[in-house]
Amino acid sequence: MPANTPLSRIRNFSIVAHIDHGKSTLADRLIQNTGGLEIRDMKEQVLDNMDIERERGITIKAQTVRLHYTASDGETYVLNLIDTPGHVDFAYEVSRSLAACDGALLVVDAAQGVEAQTLANVYLALDNDLEIVPVLNKIDLPAAEPDKVKEQIEDVIGLDASDAVMISAKSGLGIEDVLEAIVKRLPPPSEGDRSAPLKAMLVDSWYDVYLGVVVLVRIIDGELKKGQQIRMMGTDAKYPVDRVGVFTPKMVLVDALGPGELGFITASIKEVADTRVGDTITDEKRPTDKMLPGFKPAQPVVFCGLFPVDAADFDDLRAAMGKLRLNDASFSYEMESSAALGFGFRCGFLGLLHLEIVQERLSREFDLDLIATAPSVVYDVTMTNGNTTQLHNPADMPDVVKIDHIAEPWITANILTPDDYLGPILQLCQERRGIQTGLSYVGKRAMVSYELPLNEVVFDFYDRLKSISKGYASFDYQMADYREGDLVKMSILVNAEPVDALSMLVHRTQAEKRGRAMCEKLKELIPNHLFKIPIQAAIGGKVIARETISALRKDVTAKCYGGDATRKRKLLEKQKEGKKRMRQFGKVEIPQEAFIAALKMDG
Amino acid sequence: MSTSLLEAPRTNVLPFKPVPTDPGFGVYVHWPFCAAKCPYCDFNSHVRMKPVDQARYAAAFERELAEMGRRSKGERVTSIFLGGGTPSLMEPATVGIILNAISNIWTVAPDAEITLEANPSSVEANRFRGYRSAGVNRVSLGVQALNDRDLRRLGRLHDVEEALRAIGLAREIFPRLSFDLIYARPDQTVAGWEAELARAIDLAADHLSLYQLTIEEGTAFHALHKAGKLIVPDGDLSADLYEATQALTAAKGLPAYEISNHAVPGAESRHNLTYWRYGHYAGVGPGAHGRLSWDGYRYATANEALPETWLQMVEDWDHGMVVEEALSIAEQADELLLMGLRLAEGVDLKRWRELSGRVIDPRSERDLVENGMVERLGPERLRCTPAGMMVLDAVVADLA
Repeated sequence: MPANTPLSRIRNFSIVAHIDHGKSTLADRLIQNTGGLEIRDMKEQVLDNMDIERERGITIKAQTVRLHYTASDGETYVLNLIDTPGHVDFAYEVSRSLAACDGALLVVDAAQGVEAQTLANVYLALDNDLEIVPVLNKIDLPAAEPDKVKEQIEDVIGLDASDAVMISAKSGLGIEDVLEAIVKRLPPPSEGDRSAPLKAMLVDSWYDVYLGVVVLVRIIDGELKKGQQIRMMGTDAKYPVDRVGVFTPKMVLVDALGPGELGFITASIKEVADTRVGDTITDEKRPTDKMLPGFKPAQPVVFCGLFPVDAADFDDLRAAMGKLRLNDASFSYEMESSAALGFGFRCGFLGLLHLEIVQERLSREFDLDLIATAPSVVYDVTMTNGNTTQLHNPADMPDVVKIDHIAEPWITANILTPDDYLGPILQLCQERRGIQTGLSYVGKRAMVSYELPLNEVVFDFYDRLKSISKGYASFDYQMADYREGDLVKMSILVNAEPVDALSMLVHRTQAEKRGRAMCEKLKELIPNHLFKIPIQAAIGGKVIARETISALRKDVTAKCYGGDATRKRKLLEKQKEGKKRMRQFGKVEIPQEAFIAALKMDG
Repeated sequence: MSTSLLEAPRTNVLPFKPVPTDPGFGVYVHWPFCAAKCPYCDFNSHVRMKPVDQARYAAAFERELAEMGRRSKGERVTSIFLGGGTPSLMEPATVGIILNAISNIWTVAPDAEITLEANPSSVEANRFRGYRSAGVNRVSLGVQALNDRDLRRLGRLHDVEEALRAIGLAREIFPRLSFDLIYARPDQTVAGWEAELARAIDLAADHLSLYQLTIEEGTAFHALHKAGKLIVPDGDLSADLYEATQALTAAKGLPAYEISNHAVPGAESRHNLTYWRYGHYAGVGPGAHGRLSWDGYRYATANEALPETWLQMVEDWDHGMVVEEALSIAEQADELLLMGLRLAEGVDLKRWRELSGRVIDPRSERDLVENGMVERLGPERLRCTPAGMMVLDAVVADLA
């Protein structure tokens, strides 16, 4: 491996794209065209190496590949491709990954044009002062409209798209042009000082069964070598470096990494949680005097309860969560017990996609059947005595008289949609207490910006948006701030007994609608009893919605003689079995399945 | 629960007489053949193109009865029931052989109730005198409806006129008579049913069985119902029909003594009371079930259902039993409760307690009493209220 590559022949870049616009396919082509992998090693979409990533076409963890490319000028360049997670839930990781790059390819589907995620990520790239080369993919599709899309890139993003590279990643068309553009149009890393004290950015880290925690680093100044004693400046943890290497994308060990270079180290770090994306790595004996800017630990913003369907699986769930956290420090959990669902965990996530991914990994990789309660957000509760607490679980809401006010997280959201669906989408955002901040058109596509309370978005917003727009609208968001809101705790009472697991924090203006929806749902789910069961939604002592489950009127076998005793007894045994699976609330027996259906998120 | 029911004092209190609740010992004989299969029926009934060799079946009944006698020594027969299928397709001689065999195997009480199920078609009615001579003292006629449209819909082979003639003949020939009606039929209204039922009560002697139509799996009606081509009265209408039935029969002196059975007090079916009082009974013939005790265990027995197979088994081994299972204490307790609570006289709690070794959960009972579903009759009997009867399956599940 050539060490000490001159900086002028290094390019650190990433690819920014919306889901399905061809990021991974392009990455595969770049690897293939530069001989990074033999054809027989090529598995489609090499970079997305988790099953879930490959299936859903999303990248969860950043990956990096070092490519060797001999350009038309006859020189061999080292191209470090840093593949970043594309989703807003991982925006912080994206921004750190981008901070390790000097340029980016903006891949846009020539048929579909700019989407909401493209925007969010391109803004992050611009924030990091990256040089951006637009690439139009899928130009061989009959529906491709490269000229219109170029115009859109210029209008919406404000980038000059006149010399956008035209490619088809799938057929391999234009891949050479992309490689040339990377070399000619993206800048080399800014001059670092090889003799200065080590200053490296922790771009990402993950857990590898054989190697332990692997840390992806970008060197700014100095050198990183095997055996070196390093210190993480943010966490103040010290480790001796075991291995230093690069990805080709196979892991290849090298002697040292120098300024501008990207590579990995292992250093007997036990847990991913011990490493913080964005942290500065320096030499323990000869430290750099200044940390890199922008380091912040990931904060969970969406919470939900995860419970095993079978209570006997609790220990397995606990073990699985521990293992998962080894590789995903941004996911947090603590034990929770619910009258309705038994023992489980209250978990924190970076966003809804993150939640879904964790849930899916738990059920897939650890074979666990889980009940996920409706997601909620973190509220800032200010008490009358001036103390503030963070509320993760509506069931923990303090006594109302002691609360001065409650603040909730808001997001800024961009929605891109064919203009046919704009009306209903605006209506949806208004219903969800949104504040419109912008609306612009490019051709027949509208881009609308909104400020929205996150709590309204975690509650079936995606599903509504998808169904309203028949799947054509794209949506992306960023956390904005906390704002005081008229938030109240809505309790659900079944036969006058409050059912804690069903209580939720809602905005007063939404309470009646949500309460009615929950009461109607429960009416469907709770079987008729021998008595009438009122189901009420209440704020404080005030009932805001009510349904009644009528009493069972008739349930009797007409004929039962000597030949029927056995059959009836077996039915009775089944009934008794069924009752064991019920949760008792006062005199009402609620089937476990009803709870799951009432609590689970919609979709 | 309907308030009108609570306001109607006549039906508010189910009749109860402190009858001796000796369950007795019954013998059930199943004749598995029918002239045609009714679309609602899920009983063990079979239609055969060729004539059935009745002598051969009679001999098999004799052999199986003898085998059952060895498993129930010392029992005194208080009732015999010839059910089906269509037992009135039996020659009176066949019935005679069966009844003779029974009296040779067990002691038959002099006042034993001997019932035969019969269809009201004229062919069968012609045999009534023969059955009476053979010893039958009670018939149960499958009238099912008193209007021709519904009889056709129910797949019955008789019409109303034949039914009336059969009822008249039976009243003349037999000391006791019951007949069945099926209600909660498609398109039935409460008023329509009340009129039909009033007529039935006028025709009735001292006993009526009134069954709500139940869609059973494996029947022609089940397939139609699933396909949405057969609409039967839903929960509320079926409850209204049930309540109307209770009110009318009680007012006319034929109150319910069981969910679907009505009698002038004292004229209850002795044989069926044995089932509901959870007594012993021998089940003979294809698909018949029994409850017998020997060696200190209570057994559930069940016979091979296919007639030809059963016949061969009896000829080879003296019986056609395919199930002979000792019931656990818990199973017996469940059966005692679910059968007993069907009766207006309720269930004997002392017997249940001695059998199961536990008491009814006081909290469950209290809740059910509060909801007006069950009540005590003295310290040791528990029974359903009229409202509780309508939801008996749920009540039993709460108590068991």
